Amino acid sequence: MQPFPFSAIVGQDEMKQAMILTAIDASIGGVLVFGDRGTGKSTAVRALAALLPPIKAIKGCPINSATAKDVPEWAGLKTKRVHETPTPVVDLPLGATEDRVTGALDIEKALTKGEKAFQPGLLARANRGYLYIDEVNLLEDHIVDLLLDVAQSGENVVEREGLSIRHSARFVLVGSGNPEEGELRPQLLDRFGLSVEVASPKEIETRVEVIKRRDAFENDNTAFMLRWQAEDAAIRDKILKARKTLTKLKTSEKTLTDVAELCLALGSDGLRGELTLLKAARAYAAWRDDTALRRAHLRAVAPMALRHRLRRDPLDEAGSGTRVTRTVEEVLG
Amino acid sequence: MASESWIHAALALQLLALDPGLGGICIRARSGPVRDRLADLLPPIAQRIHPTISDEALFGGLDLSATLASGQLVQEKGLLATPGTLILAMAERATTGLAARLAVSLDRNNDHCLIALDEGAEPDEALNPKLAERLAFHVNLSHCGLQDTDDVAALRQGRVALKDVVMPADIVAQVTRIAGELGVDSMRAPLFALRAARAHAAFTGHAKVTQDDLEIACALTLAHRATRIPEPETAEEEPPARPPEQDNENKGEDTLDLPDELLLDAVRALLPDNLLEQIAARKARAGRGNGTGAARKGNRRGRPLPSRAGRISDGARIDIIGTLRAAAPWQTIRRNASGRDGLQIRPADIRIKRFEEKSDRLLIFTVDASGSSALTRLAEAKGAVELLLAQAYARRDHVALVAFRGTEAELLLPPTRSLVQTKRRLAALPGGGGTPLAAGMVTAFDQATQATRRGLTPTIAILTDGRANIALDGRADRKQAAADAQQIARILRASGTDTIIIDTGNRPESALRNLAQTLDAMYLPLPRADAERLSKSVAAALGD
Repeated sequence: MQPFPFSAIVGQDEMKQAMILTAIDASIGGVLVFGDRGTGKSTAVRALAALLPPIKAIKGCPINSATAKDVPEWAGLKTKRVHETPTPVVDLPLGATEDRVTGALDIEKALTKGEKAFQPGLLARANRGYLYIDEVNLLEDHIVDLLLDVAQSGENVVEREGLSIRHSARFVLVGSGNPEEGELRPQLLDRFGLSVEVASPKEIETRVEVIKRRDAFENDNTAFMLRWQAEDAAIRDKILKARKTLTKLKTSEKTLTDVAELCLALGSDGLRGELTLLKAARAYAAWRDDTALRRAHLRAVAPMALRHRLRRDPLDEAGSGTRVTRTVEEVLG
Repeated sequence: MASESWIHAALALQLLALDPGLGGICIRARSGPVRDRLADLLPPIAQRIHPTISDEALFGGLDLSATLASGQLVQEKGLLATPGTLILAMAERATTGLAARLAVSLDRNNDHCLIALDEGAEPDEALNPKLAERLAFHVNLSHCGLQDTDDVAALRQGRVALKDVVMPADIVAQVTRIAGELGVDSMRAPLFALRAARAHAAFTGHAKVTQDDLEIACALTLAHRATRIPEPETAEEEPPARPPEQDNENKGEDTLDLPDELLLDAVRALLPDNLLEQIAARKARAGRGNGTGAARKGNRRGRPLPSRAGRISDGARIDIIGTLRAAAPWQTIRRNASGRDGLQIRPADIRIKRFEEKSDRLLIFTVDASGSSALTRLAEAKGAVELLLAQAYARRDHVALVAFRGTEAELLLPPTRSLVQTKRRLAALPGGGGTPLAAGMVTAFDQATQATRRGLTPTIAILTDGRANIALDGRADRKQAAADAQQIARILRASGTDTIIIDTGNRPESALRNLAQTLDAMYLPLPRADAERLSKSVAAALGD
């Protein structure tokens, strides 16, 4: 069954905005969605795939290379034909073994032909695309270590049986989870560009609308998909347009100072906060079809770009999102 | 005469067989004759799983013996690969990890459904909420005796095809409203209610969902999720809920004019009398008061876990069988390559054993050294700490000491096992000044957080006479001091740290009792206790 369409998700505007921003500029680096049970986290992440414009890749390449010279030797590919393929969105299940994630020797060939061959794993398939981890805070520690390492270097290295394979593995991490069930290590948190917190809608009309659409999705699938896939396509077109606008966007010196001041006031660790905030604000401006970056853009994306980069303060009951908003008001006025 | 819960269990299983998209059912019953009778209703072809099932069994993997015997790759299919019903026995013991795996597979396709047999005895022993959320039904048969059961008919086909059942237009809004009244936050609940109503209509042979169907569906799917008891009088809430009625005129006959109150009554009848206590138990922290630390993974001792690839390093132990299994498929290649016969094992094959062990516990003594804790009381507290420490050494516990007096708290002793060091620091503990209780709790909380990060399981023991009079900012303000203490207590509770409050005052202090309630902590009034009694009481409270 096709996933629930993105545009048919009622409310949850911040989450949808974050996903659109990361689709406009993949270098922002992924989205983390944290929230209660039954708030549509998983639905939204699964729907993201339909929003992403297709990429051009060599046909049959296991790592979706853009040009023939990037195709790894072990793939044994003869064709140089380029075709259009959907942006890969690869699911990393919780029970995945290390072999499955990084790739390993091809057991079938080893047994039947006595040949050494490499069988690419999930990281290869996710190259140039998205890696989605549901319940990311429950992922086994050794898989997290491995992901961190690959995400940092952009390269996956497999050494086994005298086989030494390295292939590029650049992917955007998208994760969802329920914070009550376990914390995420700060190192992994930092890998996510944007983070959003979702809650169940409180107004009865919104809730009714959610149920109605879900019910239609389940019981009247064809008509429902027909209606909403058109909307999804409209968003996709707008994303493509925003990508073009992004290249022409002007960023003034003053905005850069604003960004730096904001991050300084919040005491976020490292410079990743500044970079992400800037990129996210630029993507947001492009999405709004503006030609120059302004304070309003910074204000709109600051919470999602910074809230997971703050030192945790146990005495602050309001939560880090409120802290960011408060500081934004103080710094930007 | 069959009891209501028994009838509901039978009906829910019937609906589930009709529409697996309902996710499943959680049946809470100790194993016994009642559950055995229910077994007749369970689908005959269902896979049984248990809480410690391995990922390989769930998701599949290489079937080594078949592969080696045939020389061809034989993949074993996991249980989740084929659609069907899964029966999870001892469901209350399912770990978060397993619950997440099952939840994802329930989410992904509608052909799986799960029957969770929950054998929990205590209110806080229950099916993991992540999984419970994805199961439409929840039936409690704990109070159901054999005389309450009834012969159950075998599963029947629905009389009307599911997809032909007509859903009146106003139902969606109504079910959502009801869920809101009951304080059900999740959006899955009303969806399940609609689905169940449809299945029930199909089952009883209604071409259109009727009042009957809806009542029973709401009762079955919403009652156990309720977090508040709706007011019987909803008259004044009616007007804002009316707008959807505008549709009525357009749709004509396609509506079911059913007052909310009727549906709410159906659900209310099923609400347990002690709903509020049950909610409290649901929110209770996991694994408290059993006298041991929390589980963590290690490679030396404890309960074995699945092994994984790794390097032979200091302290790691090799899983020989696992290593041989990993090496087996490659033997042909290796023999060809090296020209040697016999078993050939490479470093990459090495599998390391992993164990789940209980982590060490850290007792953080937070001692009131203010003037109001008269010097003699302080001496007794010191004695008790020393005695506890002596026992703690035998139990491999760590001890830390925080003292608060004047305007601030001080960490006198970082976590240690050294008895000598503790005695020396305790002897030097000065007394006098105000009682900054909140500051003491903050320091203790900091220590607890750090200890958790290092893999220890902290317990905080607060020894005070409870007249907090210094606020967090150091001002002498009795009211603010009490408010600060309460606030920190809420944070401590939310963090799930175990706490004991020992009232060393001459008369039990009501403010401390309140604080203990906020903390969900044990409260021990110990006036005139000597060191020995003090340490015994604390040890007992810790569950040793």
